[in-house]
Amino acid sequence: MIELVLDVNGAERSARVPPLRRLLDVLREEFGLTGTKEGCGEGECGACSVLLDGELVNACLVPACQAQGAKVVTVEGLARPDGTPSTLQRLFLERGAAQCGICTPGMLLAAQRFIDLGATPTDEAVREALAGNLCRCTGYSKIVEAVIEAAREARR
Amino acid sequence: MISRIPVTSARSLPEAYALLEKPPPGLRVLAGGTDLMVQLQARVGLERIGHVLDIWGLRELRFVDRAEGLLRLGALATYGDLRDSPLVRERLPALAELSREVGARAIQSRGTLGGNVCNASPAGDTLPLLIAAGASFVVGGPRGERRIAADQFFVAYRRTALAPDELFLRAELPELAPHERLVYRKVGTRRAQSISRTLLALRGGALGGRLAGVRVAAGGVAPVPLRCRLAEAALEGRPVDALAVAAARAALEGEIRPISDLRGSADYRREVTGNLLARLLPELAG
Repeated sequence: MIELVLDVNGAERSARVPPLRRLLDVLREEFGLTGTKEGCGEGECGACSVLLDGELVNACLVPACQAQGAKVVTVEGLARPDGTPSTLQRLFLERGAAQCGICTPGMLLAAQRFIDLGATPTDEAVREALAGNLCRCTGYSKIVEAVIEAAREARR
Repeated sequence: MISRIPVTSARSLPEAYALLEKPPPGLRVLAGGTDLMVQLQARVGLERIGHVLDIWGLRELRFVDRAEGLLRLGALATYGDLRDSPLVRERLPALAELSREVGARAIQSRGTLGGNVCNASPAGDTLPLLIAAGASFVVGGPRGERRIAADQFFVAYRRTALAPDELFLRAELPELAPHERLVYRKVGTRRAQSISRTLLALRGGALGGRLAGVRVAAGGVAPVPLRCRLAEAALEGRPVDALAVAAARAALEGEIRPISDLRGSADYRREVTGNLLARLLPELAG
């Protein structure tokens, strides 16, 4: 067992866990942050995407021992401090980019990382940035539209 | 249960070598976790894992640099590092392009070159490219370091030439001469998140209209990533014309040993791999 200490959405959290416990399970079961979803559990679907030290990762593939001291951002950390939705989240709502919602937290994190990098939000670039996140409702067009719009607003 | 598996998280190479002085039975090395974590979750072969050596913290193995005409890629260079490295993009653009096709961004953040090499899947994306490029692998342990040619490293299905007390440290790739190219094509179900059905990589160039220094390697069509020496022999010294392409294609289709599985039939793989050779050859000459 290891004493895992990490920064989750700006707050220090700790847990005593087996070193190979998945970051996904630590977030959901130890910290109660169930916004991060489990889809395939093997890095294929992106439902569990979170930011780990600023990098997009699949939380199902990261063992606890490799998250020691890291800064993690989950979907719970995307809203503004006053609890209102971020620009990206608001545009997901306005553009109908969320259907059943299971892929949405991962999509938001993958999209947020793309926006943070500041690249030109072409259709192709956004689709590549989201290529590891599967939406089984197949609502990709609305998602891509929302991300392009959010990226444009961020660049203004 | 994964909770019974002891883990050593090494912070430096000497710390890792200290464990390798007497490698615990069933030792598995953990780099970015994109293969091992899947295996643990699926509970496949868990009983064979006695101890995990976590090397993700060995920052000295995460680098891309250039020395003595060689491009050197550290074991922990991620696909993201390789796709974004100005050095790789300038010197071996095919490797940067290929790294962009492995999984998608979240896999590229964690998956490493060393992990791809040591997992030794016959469909490992970078492996044919490394073999075609003429890479050598530097491995090391408490007994010292040694060099193994990439085409000698994969000895049988998912078996490598690594000894139990050795770690893969880096790959060293000779730079291309001005007339040479390194090209590849991967065929999967889609561009992102797909495992190769077949992948062909070629290195070489044309001198005075004739092919020179040709190396051919294929993935997903044999128990190991395969250097295709018969195809090479059929091409060396020949102009890129229909006759040479047909001869090389016949040689290649004869030396690969594809199987039929859920990703495609053996006949499909043989046909498509031959198509890739025909499509890629003009790029070498040109």
